[in-house]
Amino acid sequence: MSQKGTAGFWRWEEYQRVFPERKKPGLVTAGVDVGSVGSKAAIMIDGEAYSWAVMRTGSNSPDSAKKVLDWALEGTGFSLADLQYTVGTGYGRVNVPMANKAITEIACHAKGANYIWGPTVRTVLDVGGQDIKAIRIDETGRVTSFLMNDKCAAGTGRGMEVFADLLQIPIEQIGEFSLKVDKEPEPVSCTCVAFAKTEAMGLLRNGWSKEKVLAAYTRAMALRMANLINRVGLEKELVITGGQSKNVGVVSRIETILNVKCLPAPNWREKGLDPMIAGALGAALLARALYLKTQAS
Amino acid sequence: MSVNAVKIHHGYSDGSGEYYVVIDAAACNGCGLCIAGCPQKVLELQTVMMDLEDKSVAAVKEEHRKKIKYTCSACKPEGQKTPCSRACKNKAVSVVWNKH
Repeated sequence: MSQKGTAGFWRWEEYQRVFPERKKPGLVTAGVDVGSVGSKAAIMIDGEAYSWAVMRTGSNSPDSAKKVLDWALEGTGFSLADLQYTVGTGYGRVNVPMANKAITEIACHAKGANYIWGPTVRTVLDVGGQDIKAIRIDETGRVTSFLMNDKCAAGTGRGMEVFADLLQIPIEQIGEFSLKVDKEPEPVSCTCVAFAKTEAMGLLRNGWSKEKVLAAYTRAMALRMANLINRVGLEKELVITGGQSKNVGVVSRIETILNVKCLPAPNWREKGLDPMIAGALGAALLARALYLKTQAS
Repeated sequence: MSVNAVKIHHGYSDGSGEYYVVIDAAACNGCGLCIAGCPQKVLELQTVMMDLEDKSVAAVKEEHRKKIKYTCSACKPEGQKTPCSRACKNKAVSVVWNKH
């Protein structure tokens, strides 16, 4: 796993991974998911994940798309010209210049979750940087219900970053930190990112510990996410994708609220697939399917 | 709802309630009757990918998606059918309107 950049402690690390042992002759496709906070690119050979990269989205979407795809290709022996079909998705999908096609997140995230966890997944909660998606899918990864709440960043990954920064806790540890309370406090009344700092400062001033403030905020976030899941209807198995899938504080609270166990995230630090790249994986899978379709016709 | 429905929720929930225009992209045939029937001109046709085909279906316009609580309140969807859902012959349009 290679890393670069000077990402702060309050945000997820940027990294790239290649599996050289998976290299074989076959159809090479790519998926580029330009999110509001993170950009992800995945390269697949015959529908198997071969390499990927996760980066911060800059202020320039086309530039982010190019950078993250270039990074995913690094050390793979492939160049842009070797990609037989590329699909762009996410918030910045229209700004993926090298993509053969732009597809909305609706289809991509569902396919990606189906690929990572297999056919038992029925409900996907994607907690992105500035939006939350709740998706119901069938055993093939086909969408039956889709909801995206991007009206505000309340209860999203961006909100967690603000808290990590404010409380000076690394984002990787924020989940465990939020669980270090004897008794779960009442959720904060307002998950608004703009007001969250003010509210948190007020609670700290009133003598609340950092853990308690974080627990109250995380619980409010989890309640908000659970509401969205209930709107599309919860059916097992439930999985969580996006950055917050790595936040044990969020995941365990959603499990408690909904009285359900999520399928655990694969061990992405070792060999597993990162739940953060579900959208990019789905895009690369659709790229493969679309390429095969054009060849057949 | 057919078993193969693809319900796409346009809207949001916030502190005051939940507000969605729900389009069943499988049942929608892109005829545009709901678009013509909407007095607020909130709807348009957008392309979604279904089973590897691009399909043109009704959707809430980008500029309205984050404020339908206000734009759609004119039709007062509480407890009654809205003009958009009445206009659809395929029962592809519904509205979720729950104020807390």
